[in-house]
Amino acid sequence: MTILREALLVAGKDLRIEARSRVALQQIVPFGGIVLIVFAFALDPDRGLLPRVAPGLFWTAVLLASLLSITRSFSIEEANGARDGLRLSGLDGGAIFLGKAAAVALQLLLLEVVLGLGVVVLYDVSVRGVVLIACTTVVATVALAATGTVYGVLAAGLRARETLVPLLVLPAVTPVVLGGTRAFEAALAGVPSDGWPWVQLLAAFAVLAVVAGVLAFGPLLEEDS
Amino acid sequence: MNARIGVGTKLLGAAAFLSLGALAVFALVVAPPDERQGDAQRLMYVHVPAAWLAYLAFFVTAVASVLWLIPRTRSTTWDLLAGASAEIGVIFTGLALVLGSLWGRPTWGTWWEWDARVTTTAVLFFLYLGYLALRRTGATAQERGTRCAIAALIAFADVPIVHFSVTWWETLHQDATVLDPKLEVNMEGFWMPFTLVWSVFAFTMLYSFLVTVRLRLAELDEGREEKALELAIAERVAVTV
Repeated sequence: MTILREALLVAGKDLRIEARSRVALQQIVPFGGIVLIVFAFALDPDRGLLPRVAPGLFWTAVLLASLLSITRSFSIEEANGARDGLRLSGLDGGAIFLGKAAAVALQLLLLEVVLGLGVVVLYDVSVRGVVLIACTTVVATVALAATGTVYGVLAAGLRARETLVPLLVLPAVTPVVLGGTRAFEAALAGVPSDGWPWVQLLAAFAVLAVVAGVLAFGPLLEEDS
Repeated sequence: MNARIGVGTKLLGAAAFLSLGALAVFALVVAPPDERQGDAQRLMYVHVPAAWLAYLAFFVTAVASVLWLIPRTRSTTWDLLAGASAEIGVIFTGLALVLGSLWGRPTWGTWWEWDARVTTTAVLFFLYLGYLALRRTGATAQERGTRCAIAALIAFADVPIVHFSVTWWETLHQDATVLDPKLEVNMEGFWMPFTLVWSVFAFTMLYSFLVTVRLRLAELDEGREEKALELAIAERVAVTV
């Protein structure tokens, strides 16, 4: 169980940094909020489109904001040679991955609660199928955070990493956006049975992403640079 | 390092261009037009092999990436081969998308159809564009090799999942199609299937030639950097002495 304890250590470190610097709260959450408002401008609230496309807009907003979280998660390792410190700490590579991904996932969950409330209020969505929505959110968030963290470390310390991460992450997580949107639509339409298969797909994706991350982090940290 | 291209590569290139020339004759003159699609169907003789070549190239990239990651077989050549093959793959994925779109307009009545295969190919295109961008970020050879190999394998594993999810999505709503997208071509007679098989052969020859030349170029480029470094060090030493 040392791997879990080590993961908690890394997650705790990242969350402590976020609690003190408040970047997630003061920059990433407001960014998600303004994206919701931009969508309303683009799609004209009077035409009644917004409630119908709300699930897709919600996940698009989450995805865009998650890119910021991922970049942030690795930019905190850049200063003062923190990445080398992490490498020399003797912590297991897989544990570091799990910790960083968990910290990103927790921040994304917070963001999703805020954006969810925003969608309900701004887009006039009546919520149904809460259980399905909650499960979808959790598995999709794990999938997003895990995939993002893998690509985050692939780009860490490289030139132009801020622009590279979105290009790497967006195509890779297309199944998450697709699955999350369809499951939400099923829940809101009152036919949750249509949504559960998507949750299974998201869960499979999340498991694969976590396994890939745990396996890939070791070699990526050990590389000599 | 000798910068010249070897005789074998030259022969391969000549064979590739001869078979492509023959393909042009087969596809434009010899093979009959399709009964329903007319001459538009001839685009298949470049679209299908382009798509085939893209998948072949990404498969080679994945294999070369695995060979890099295994310590016993690790060699810069595998890393460079992975990159060379992915570059060609991206070009031909783009080509397959454009040709498919050109074919879709007269056949499906639309430039773009959110069909599972088309959508997956588009995602594939962007996945490997990201991979190529990752290759060009100026890391050391060692760093680049491991990072890119892992990125290539993740991209390779992601493609079936993307395809599966898009197929699933597609089967849920089938109302959006403009014309019947399942418009299959009737492969009749000898020349139509023969030309298609020949096109795959010709494009595979082209791939072998391009990847050989591109790999050679990448090796020379790598050697040039090392040589420049050696020269710089030698200059430094000369100054201090």
